[in-house]
Amino acid sequence: MRAYTPKDDVQKKSYYTDRFWVAPQVAKSEVSDDAVFAADLAAIKAKFDVLDAYIQVEQMVVVINANDNYSVLEFLKNECEYTQLSEMSAIDWLATEGKFEIFYQMLSMAKRKRVRIKCKIDEKEAIQSVEKLFRSADWSEREMYDMFGVVVNNHPFMKRILMPEDWEGFPLRKTYPLQGDEFAAWYEVDKIFGKEAREIIGPENRDPARIDRYDTQRFSRLGHEVPFGTDISQGEPDTPLVYQEKEGVFMVEKFDAEKSVVISDRQR
Amino acid sequence: MAQHQVNYLKDGGLPVALTTIDKVVNWGRSNSIWALTYGLACCGIEMMASGASRYDFDRFGTIFRASPRQAELMVVAGTLTKKHAEFIRRLYDQMTEPKWVISMGSCANTGGMFNTYATVQGVDRVIPVDLYLPGCAPRPETLQYAVMMLQQKIRKESASRAQKPKRLM
Repeated sequence: MRAYTPKDDVQKKSYYTDRFWVAPQVAKSEVSDDAVFAADLAAIKAKFDVLDAYIQVEQMVVVINANDNYSVLEFLKNECEYTQLSEMSAIDWLATEGKFEIFYQMLSMAKRKRVRIKCKIDEKEAIQSVEKLFRSADWSEREMYDMFGVVVNNHPFMKRILMPEDWEGFPLRKTYPLQGDEFAAWYEVDKIFGKEAREIIGPENRDPARIDRYDTQRFSRLGHEVPFGTDISQGEPDTPLVYQEKEGVFMVEKFDAEKSVVISDRQR
Repeated sequence: MAQHQVNYLKDGGLPVALTTIDKVVNWGRSNSIWALTYGLACCGIEMMASGASRYDFDRFGTIFRASPRQAELMVVAGTLTKKHAEFIRRLYDQMTEPKWVISMGSCANTGGMFNTYATVQGVDRVIPVDLYLPGCAPRPETLQYAVMMLQQKIRKESASRAQKPKRLM
């Protein structure tokens, strides 16, 4: 029998410890299981270095060197019938490996197969653009730069696509806070009212969850409602909840079954 | 001929109404609120539905205009992003006095569920708001009610003076 441990502070601790937690993994299988993928992989291996290759969810994943990305995609497009680049972006592995993973999701309509090409680059390293091969990479690479800060060489228009051009920071990096850093918090104020407005507004007003207990213009306290703008620093009176039914409603009477008349003759 | 002539003095049919300038001007203003089309997200669809035939904003005198210079009401319908904040301020400044703002829906009121780096946490951080309309998204009836509340507010205001400066939150 398991030894008893006190459960008083069980809410304060996390339930799931490392001991029992197993990160779910998508099952991998050998490339040789699929004849079409095996032929494609052999063709790639003949020309380029392949660091790793496997099949995951009926799609082949091929890990290559980052320098080969343009030539591998060109080879897949022209020789292996993978004519569409359906998606591409980066994954932030900076915390664990200090690298970005770039993936290219390729689709072959002729073979009805999907292949994912992966490569890894360092944080400050740039990657070659594949916009010349696939027009779909134009905006995807701009988004990758916008969100992760991965610079793409030879891109025709390497600018931010979603965030404003004077934005600082790259929002999809794991180190970027969801609610934004200080620059993000003051962005619209700096732009419209100027930086000197920061002091007038005050940093405490940047918190959307802030509640001022004594501000009766913007907040009201349930059960203690007072007229708009009343000074309640000395305390406020209770306004107890009163239901209409208790004292009756004007012109409305409660239904009383005893006093009511039941009509038995429906044809009356 | 003459016997059918209406005796205005006698029958209470005097075609003269005594009132104040405030009431006349506010009567005109409140019944011809021209709104700037400002659909930013899904609330904009409800705003369009309010303007279309079933809900029919025209009977309130509310006609959507595509130019801020012809509009006096801005219905901010949807999520305001930080990238867009300077444009909404510029369009608000281009509207002629007197002008009013309805903040429509949770996102415009407080940022709604988007408590993120890219969303302005309430349009009242950028432009002064007259009326907050809760809901996600508010139905067209609710927007109609908001316009009626705004009409009541306009009728209470003094017409002769310039509008009082409004407070930013």
